[in-house]
Amino acid sequence: MTTLSDPTQESFRLSMLLNDTRYRSITFQAIALILLVAAIWYLMSNLFANLEEQGLNISYSFLGSTAGYDINQTLIPYSSQSTNLRAAFVGVLNTLLVAVLACVMATIFGVIAGVLRLSNNWLVRKLMAVYVEIFRNIPVLIWILIIYFIMTAAMPAPSAFRGDEPAASMILGSFAFTNRGVYIPSPVLEPGWMIVVATFVASIIGIVAYRRYSTKLLYDTGRLLPRFWPSVAIFFIPTLLVFFLMGRPISLDYPALAGFNFRGGLQIGAPLIALWFALSIYTGAFIAENVRAGIQAVSRGQSEAAAALGLRPGRIMNLVVLPQALRVIIPPLISQYLNITKNSSLAILVGYADITATLGGITLNQTGRAIECVLLLMLFYLTISLIISLILNVYNSAVRLRER
Amino acid sequence: MSDTHAESVAFVRETAIPPALPPATVSGPVKWMRDNLFPTWANGLLTVAALYIIYLILSSSLPWLLGGIWNAESLAQCREILQGNSAACFAVLSERWNQLLFGFKYPPELYWRPTLAFVLLFIAAAPVLFFDLPRKLLIFTGIYPFLAYWLIWGGTILTPLIALLGVVVGYLVFNRFVKGSFAAGMFGGVAAALVVWILGGMVFSGADLFSLRSVSSRDLGGFMLNMMLGITCVSLSVPIGIALALGRQSDLPIVKYICVVFIEFIRGVPLITLLFVASVMLSYFFPPERTVDLFLRVVIMITMFSSAYIAEVIRGGLAALPKGQYEAADSLGLDYPQAMRLIILPQALKISIPGIVNIAVGLFKDTTLVSVITLFDIVGMIRGPILASTDWNGVYWELFMFASVLFFIVCYSISQYSQWLERRLATDHR
Amino acid sequence: MKQSVFFGALTGAVLVGGIAGAATLDDVKARGKLNCGVTTGLVGFAAPDANGNWEGFDVAVCRAVAAAVLGDPNAVEFVPTTGKTRFTALASGEIDMLARNTTWTFSRDTDLKFDFVGINYYDGQGFIVPKALGVTSAKDLDGATVCIQTGTTTELNLADYFRANNISYEPVPIETNAEGQQQYLAGACDAYTTDASGLAATRATFETPSDHVILPEIISKEPLGPLVRHGDNDWGDIVMWTLNALIAAEEYGVTSANVEELSAAAGDNPEVNRLLGTEDNLGAMIGLDATWAKDAIAAGGNYGEIFEKNIGESTPIGLARGLNAQWTEGGLLYAPPFR
Repeated sequence: MTTLSDPTQESFRLSMLLNDTRYRSITFQAIALILLVAAIWYLMSNLFANLEEQGLNISYSFLGSTAGYDINQTLIPYSSQSTNLRAAFVGVLNTLLVAVLACVMATIFGVIAGVLRLSNNWLVRKLMAVYVEIFRNIPVLIWILIIYFIMTAAMPAPSAFRGDEPAASMILGSFAFTNRGVYIPSPVLEPGWMIVVATFVASIIGIVAYRRYSTKLLYDTGRLLPRFWPSVAIFFIPTLLVFFLMGRPISLDYPALAGFNFRGGLQIGAPLIALWFALSIYTGAFIAENVRAGIQAVSRGQSEAAAALGLRPGRIMNLVVLPQALRVIIPPLISQYLNITKNSSLAILVGYADITATLGGITLNQTGRAIECVLLLMLFYLTISLIISLILNVYNSAVRLRER
Repeated sequence: MSDTHAESVAFVRETAIPPALPPATVSGPVKWMRDNLFPTWANGLLTVAALYIIYLILSSSLPWLLGGIWNAESLAQCREILQGNSAACFAVLSERWNQLLFGFKYPPELYWRPTLAFVLLFIAAAPVLFFDLPRKLLIFTGIYPFLAYWLIWGGTILTPLIALLGVVVGYLVFNRFVKGSFAAGMFGGVAAALVVWILGGMVFSGADLFSLRSVSSRDLGGFMLNMMLGITCVSLSVPIGIALALGRQSDLPIVKYICVVFIEFIRGVPLITLLFVASVMLSYFFPPERTVDLFLRVVIMITMFSSAYIAEVIRGGLAALPKGQYEAADSLGLDYPQAMRLIILPQALKISIPGIVNIAVGLFKDTTLVSVITLFDIVGMIRGPILASTDWNGVYWELFMFASVLFFIVCYSISQYSQWLERRLATDHR
Repeated sequence: MKQSVFFGALTGAVLVGGIAGAATLDDVKARGKLNCGVTTGLVGFAAPDANGNWEGFDVAVCRAVAAAVLGDPNAVEFVPTTGKTRFTALASGEIDMLARNTTWTFSRDTDLKFDFVGINYYDGQGFIVPKALGVTSAKDLDGATVCIQTGTTTELNLADYFRANNISYEPVPIETNAEGQQQYLAGACDAYTTDASGLAATRATFETPSDHVILPEIISKEPLGPLVRHGDNDWGDIVMWTLNALIAAEEYGVTSANVEELSAAAGDNPEVNRLLGTEDNLGAMIGLDATWAKDAIAAGGNYGEIFEKNIGESTPIGLARGLNAQWTEGGLLYAPPFR
């Protein structure tokens, strides 16, 4: 059998790099790598040649120098004497703030609109379809501008609250809606407030524990405990008791007209509201479609089976359809959250001081350090979206159908 | 017989009663309303609330819309005509119509050129969008980009002609060699095209044949710019997206990681930062002795942006194909390029079409972002020259409403088309 | 296949693309066009009219330079820039000069490697408030909401001023002048601040300009002028001396009406003769024709004419000369001698 020996050992030839599948992959990768390195080298050498010719350099020392400008809405202490780095950090927090607010609001809008689109009420169904189509098909940039203009044009200026017969008045004496923003009472904390808050948190935990217990009791013994009223009682009574026993350590600071503006209370600036609302209502239209698709993805047999068991429509939705629909809804929902975060960079249109407006806007304008600012800006957004993708992946692996 | 009957029953009906109409409450509009508007109390309240919302919207906007003024020279004149009434001043649209559509620098006497290109676009797009049309039309689709380039930018016809010639020669060479090996065909095609371009450029440089008046890309603007950016970038990014998706699925680690890093990087940053890169950074990366104009830089960045998203959609399509398809292709002895071209991609692309259309709509809407970096697209025109002019300072609703209507028409029709296509392509018989 | 559009465009772009080497003058001459960076639209300074032609005070400087270098005031490509893009555009060679109300500051001149070649407008930052507010001084603005047009040094000046006077305020940054106006008129801010020249232009477009007052405080020095890249001194000289020629022409009474006549033959005033190239050849020293200054003046008139035509008291903007008068009339304009 020696005649059927191994194929003759070919010596390595150059053409094998292209024709032999064993080596071809290496050839292609080598070509790809060389091209990549060449491209990077080309771009970088251009960059350095250009910089050298202009006598410029890449330096991040401007981050440590004084920013020199003021920001109207900050979550951390900031003044015009703070550094550019701190201004950027204010921007980061503002971006996160508007993104989180808009995510919550967009989810609310989206779920309501998505569920109503499947309503058996013809008019409501059509109205929601119109909402979804109008908002999905017009650029978010135009929506942000329109909503900002609506806010400034339709809301009263603070001066309208002035005078003996003001054209506008505060709602319940504590909320003022103006075209500079919404003023609401803010809590003033005095010693002992921690105890009140701690009691409140404890009673929330208490409610959850009570409901778990009652469910367990129901399954074990069939006894049905009342659930609603005890929950309400646990929610209010201990906290109020502690609040008055401690001598009211938390009071409210009401906004009041003083000088040019309202003073006191908490101000939510008009740019924030406009951006928040525009992003929520725009993204809400997309989320509505996701919700609708998710609910429709649950096969009809499921709700029919639930109906056959005698469940009421509300319970069918809560106990049977939604838990299954969520598996379909949540992944696109998370990518919508990612979109909101990225679209919040349009804040510069309304003068909201997010990271694009501070680091990528005024700081860039004033220092002229374009390359550095834009790189930092991209790095920030990249980090955020990688974190969100990570959450998405964790969720996806957690809810993967475990087939038995 | 009749007597007995006469005793028990006074009257016997001999014919069937003609069917009566159902009671008004269970048929016709009333029933429809009961079923669809007032099935339950709560639902009825919802209807009333919806009606109220519709009333609010219409009562505030209709008088404003219908009472609009279409003929005036400036906002001040509009206010004069209105005499304190509140109504729209659509005169800004009629007066600045051309600026909104073509930008403020495109020579007015040349408006017919982009218009013609726009009309031809429908003919070029038709065979791609509707499969029933004769396939011969695809030849025009192939010629269209060059024709549109020539019409919009002008200059000598030789530039697009040589570009077209290069593509044709490249394609012929590719066809000749692809039977031997895909790589040879590909590289041969690219090399042939390059040779034609370089030779053509040398031979005909300075030649002036069928020259249209040339328009520089800085002079483009208005809605035309949005359309051009949208169409160019989407059509460029589909092939790049396919390549990236295949790269990401590939077994070659280096190629794979290059693609993964590129896709994740682009998807991780907002388009506006990429546009900042285009406007403030990219010029540092080009050779010191030449600059590339802003339009092209923006096209590069938007194309990169959309190709990363399209790559992800196509990757979804590739992943959705049953593994059997890949195995079947292997067992037929097809090599990788053949398997991809003949078996995998046609199916994967079909699955991905709705997703690609969604990306295209999103991208088209995102072209408005270029207004932030001093390109005068329709939003840039509105926020820049039109609102800054003394005549029209203060007209917001009319202008933004006009822009919204334009975008709505385009985006809504594309998404309707995509739904139609989805039904059309549904070959699985459910 | 559509990739070729891209390739075609690339070819086009490379042809169009300028060259940002050291010798800007040669590039401009070779190209036959001057690339001049301007604002995206500020009425009076640089804004396209209804037909798309750029007009304004800054635009006139660009046209004068184009006339001096190329002999044709229309051989200018106007490149709109924002506060963000202007410096990159200049540094990368996309534009040859920037005439976009840019304030001459230390760091811009040194750290960013630009050369300011002169001052064509002495400006300062001011405030406009509604008369009904009853404010007569900027120091009364404690606690007010102030709309700022971002892009120049406005934010920094504002912060400095309020800090120095120890009063608080709430800034609302606005991208474009039109939007700033809309916010201000709707009452979303109590005061609107930008360069005083811009305020006057803005007030002129209001329905009832008399309901608004410009406060007397000018809180900053804003010397606005054209700038070029650092390092190309030949080119910098051309822009600088073109601007000086316009200023000197007003001082010596050379206008667009009489420049032809005066340059036909040498006259009595040697300074005018040297300026217009009828005596000596100053143009040759900066690599231009002898008639360079004549062309520049003929393009749009002397400094005074440009001022009157675009932003002067007869225009809707209605600015008085103030600091921008000739030194002989109490202003700061002072062109060095032409010899």
